[in-house]
Amino acid sequence: MKFIDEYQNSELAGKLAHRIANCSTKPIRLMEFCGGHTHAIMRYGIRQLVPKTVGMRSGPGCPVCVTAIADLDKAIAMAHLPGVIITTFGDIVRVPGSYSSLQQAKAEGADMRIVYSTIDAVEIARVNPKKSVIFVGIGFETTAPTIAASIIKARREGIENFYVLSLLKLTPPIMKALLDLGEVRLDGIIGPGHVSAIIGSHPYEFIPRDYNIGCVISGFEPLDILLCLNKLVEQIEGGKPKVEIAYPRGVKPQGNKKALELMNAVFETNSANWRGIGIVPQSGLRINKKYQHFDANRAFEVSLESAREHKGCRCGDILRGVATPLGCKLFGKVCTPEDPVGPCMVSSEGACAAYYQYGASYE
Amino acid sequence: MCLAVPVRVVSIEGDEAETEIGGVRYRASIALTPEVMVGDYVLLHTGYAIGVVDEAEAKETLKLLEEIASVSEVH
Repeated sequence: MKFIDEYQNSELAGKLAHRIANCSTKPIRLMEFCGGHTHAIMRYGIRQLVPKTVGMRSGPGCPVCVTAIADLDKAIAMAHLPGVIITTFGDIVRVPGSYSSLQQAKAEGADMRIVYSTIDAVEIARVNPKKSVIFVGIGFETTAPTIAASIIKARREGIENFYVLSLLKLTPPIMKALLDLGEVRLDGIIGPGHVSAIIGSHPYEFIPRDYNIGCVISGFEPLDILLCLNKLVEQIEGGKPKVEIAYPRGVKPQGNKKALELMNAVFETNSANWRGIGIVPQSGLRINKKYQHFDANRAFEVSLESAREHKGCRCGDILRGVATPLGCKLFGKVCTPEDPVGPCMVSSEGACAAYYQYGASYE
Repeated sequence: MCLAVPVRVVSIEGDEAETEIGGVRYRASIALTPEVMVGDYVLLHTGYAIGVVDEAEAKETLKLLEEIASVSEVH
């Protein structure tokens, strides 16, 4: 398939890895922000391909994983409201909340439907005019404009029974929060490709300026990732950290202006609650006043018991890059993809799911 | 969540486009990429084209990869 196959050439990959090995003289630790990168790195065996000096740590770039348990509890409570159809993307339905999950809510009679796109959720609202259709909006900047577009579409077409519970989160503020925490020494960041397709590369300029480390935006095929690693290693060895785009076929420095315009038309920034990290100011998106009719937070009230984290689950530490899944006692024993304890094992982008699926023997 | 795949735009009607990848067709929204034209490849994410793939840049990247690989052979 075009723009996929040519970036999977194993002969070139081997040569690139060789080049990285030639260039890398000191041990470094990089963070791949995006869960999609974590899975690609494992799937293509990139950790085994690059020299041992190049260490990699997963970051918080898995929207399902970083959804705070209290927010998930709220979505589950909304699913139980009479006359409500709750819609969401697939991964989150199996994540255990404090007391239940969306999947369990469905088993108990809630009308919960998995959708591929917000377009489908709006359509469900259109054909069920007597029901309130709530879309549980998880995601980063990649997804935020699509949710904005669906809200604008619902308004334009007079679909007043469509609501969004916005749990959207922003990438640069959480990168800053992690760097400020300083729990893990990082020498560079593998920047998220599709978040950056929307926001561009400029919002990361604070990383080399304030933290003296580089950020190279990467695509998701093995050659994309190796090119990104090559650039980061060269930056580190040369002592010149900067923001670079190693995925220029998908990312422009200015991002996608139309997508940003729609996102800004519907949302405003607010603080967001991140699993394992807590409340981070200006790191989330809520629906603004102009579109407040569509805000599920405003339209529905639910009473919640206090959130309860699962004992022993280290998803929070893993999302901050402090631990790898192998550092969790539950990993692969009590917590498996069939019977997950935490979101990092549920999500198709979760670090635990990646370690479980592709094997953990390389560490 | 942030998964996006490059699909080819087959036809356009209003703010929707018929797209194709590996013989599979999907009707996508192009509300976020109004500049897209038939024959372009777009990054498809949750039913929306979130960006148009830059073919010239794609070729440049492949060229760069070949160059880096050839330097690696010399050493």
